[in-house]
Amino acid sequence: MDIHEYQAKELLSKFGVPVPRGGLAYSPEQASYRATEIGGSKWVVKAQIHSGARGKAGGIKVCSTEKELESAAENLLGRKLVTIQTGPAGKLVSRLYIEEATDIDREIYLSFVMDRAAERIVVVASAAGGMDIEEISHKQPETIIKVAVDPAVGMQSFQAREVSFGLGVEPELVSKLERVIMGCYRAFRDLDATLLEINPLVITKQKNVVALDAKMSFDENALFRRPQIAELRDKSQEDARETYANDRGLSYVGLDGDIGCIVNGAGLAMATLDMIKLAGGEPANFLDIGGGASPERVTKSFKAVLRDKNVKAILVNVFAGINRCDWVAKGVVDAVKELEIKMPIVVRLAGTNVEEGRKIIDQSGLTVISAETLADAAKKAVAAAKAA
Amino acid sequence: MAIFINENTPIIVQGFTGRIGTFHAQEMIDYGTNVVGGVTPGKGGTTHLGRPVFNTVKGAVKETGAEASIVFVPPPFAADSIMEAADAGIKYCVCITDGIPTQDMIRVKRYMRRYKKENRMVLTGPNCAGTISPGKAMLGIMPGHIYSQGRVGIVGRSGTLGYEAAAQLKALGIGVSTSVGIGGDPINGSSFKDVLEHFAADPDTDAVMMIGEIGGPQEAEAGLYIRDHFKKPVVAYIAGLSAPKGRRMGHAGAIVSAFGEAAAEKVDILKSCGVNIAPTPSEMGSTIQKVLSGRKAA
Repeated sequence: MDIHEYQAKELLSKFGVPVPRGGLAYSPEQASYRATEIGGSKWVVKAQIHSGARGKAGGIKVCSTEKELESAAENLLGRKLVTIQTGPAGKLVSRLYIEEATDIDREIYLSFVMDRAAERIVVVASAAGGMDIEEISHKQPETIIKVAVDPAVGMQSFQAREVSFGLGVEPELVSKLERVIMGCYRAFRDLDATLLEINPLVITKQKNVVALDAKMSFDENALFRRPQIAELRDKSQEDARETYANDRGLSYVGLDGDIGCIVNGAGLAMATLDMIKLAGGEPANFLDIGGGASPERVTKSFKAVLRDKNVKAILVNVFAGINRCDWVAKGVVDAVKELEIKMPIVVRLAGTNVEEGRKIIDQSGLTVISAETLADAAKKAVAAAKAA
Repeated sequence: MAIFINENTPIIVQGFTGRIGTFHAQEMIDYGTNVVGGVTPGKGGTTHLGRPVFNTVKGAVKETGAEASIVFVPPPFAADSIMEAADAGIKYCVCITDGIPTQDMIRVKRYMRRYKKENRMVLTGPNCAGTISPGKAMLGIMPGHIYSQGRVGIVGRSGTLGYEAAAQLKALGIGVSTSVGIGGDPINGSSFKDVLEHFAADPDTDAVMMIGEIGGPQEAEAGLYIRDHFKKPVVAYIAGLSAPKGRRMGHAGAIVSAFGEAAAEKVDILKSCGVNIAPTPSEMGSTIQKVLSGRKAA
């Protein structure tokens, strides 16, 4: 789960990481009020969306008058910001973060990741701040410092010092940087984060270490024990199709094609999308119906898939293991009748009682097309979507 | 022979008396698995499905001589149960539970390293369908009847995609020595390479079907191991060719976050290591068949 920059900064400051003074605004009036509150003569207006690369997309504006501030806020609020990370649809800006401007002397890249090869939390830092990490590893890989943390004892001060000296900061700043690194580590560990990225972490002209930006993602499997994180979720930043499905316990990812997919099991669902692509079609979604594939879940899945108006045909692929194909088939037939679905539906069943299942589909009198194999199902679904 | 489990392996069920534990324990018993008891803290001394229930894994091991366990404990407590099994001297543990926090699994892996390799429990999963040695024993939630007994090993992340492979093989008259699910989580007990090492040492496995997916470094690691050390033919299929970068596809671990983690990149790496690739998920069985017949001819 992702959160906004201002939320991440609020969390990090509780762990002793210095951040610039700032405040949230939902309107241009609020934005100028926040600026007055903060004081000074220069402010930054930052669009709060779940995406990086906001600066290049025009989502961050430096202002030195109230008028500039209000017009920047006017311009950003209610707009969909398209960055290289959001996809062409962009993300809605409904909150702005107004921050005091910072006198930057140096920019550093600092992040904490869950390293799957090391099976540990790893600190990644680079003196080449401001660029994204892909760019750094491409252009200046020699500047990247990596330190893995032993989960038995947690991060030690010497490790934070290693990173600090490795970044080549002045000796009198090392203890400040060390505190920031330790604070970030504790936040990452204590809040079950999966990513924490500060880019840039800056050294100001006044010789302070400040997190100018902050990005955090959290382990959804750990939200049950982090209610304070769970409530930071902002549904307006999610694909509406995904919010609907995920709130109903379905694992759904929206895609750009026109063939809706309902599959049991994440691996089989990915494989089904692959087969559609190979057959010359484009899937509209990934959907793992989960264990059981009960009639209620089948109906819920159809509803979720049909919310996407691009869908022209639906492919149902269920490998019935513990449950039975005839049961799943009945669920499909009932759902199609209940929801009065008119578009072509291709159903491929495999596993227990497959013959009985196919019979139920074939004798339903509905426009449901039976398929024998995965390849056959994909071919039929692609043909149906093209004909529609 | 088979790997990890056979008809004699004494097995206990952790989370024995819960709804899910009960259902699958019964399926395992019906399959002929040697289930000798189970653990549910607070219900020790009672009997469930005709087998004794214990409060602790240590108690169960002492009384029954259990060597393997299967964990159905809910996510908040599952990591604790795995560590309890490791501490009690269980040799092989399957964790079915989906939804364990990643940091809990990091702790589990670190905890297990306190044991010397020869005494260390082998863990497969979490978030997997389990392990089956067809005709001998089933330690999992799979439909046992789709597997026929034979000489091809299966190792994969996904449950249902593993079923797909087993069913395709069965339709071609090819059986399975052991099928192992390593699960869809970012941090798992055993990697592809870990399981391949066991298949390498198994005289009853002639070839291996490896079913990977997007995300993580383990398929590439297995590729290098196969190239340098693994003598038996391997067929691989990697799911998620059409998955967009940065999106989590159902499994907690199925997300492309670095170079080499996309399906096409993994396929290239495996190809360069001499692994046979099943080009589509419906050609897993036929590719194995081709590889096996080529081997006989040679």
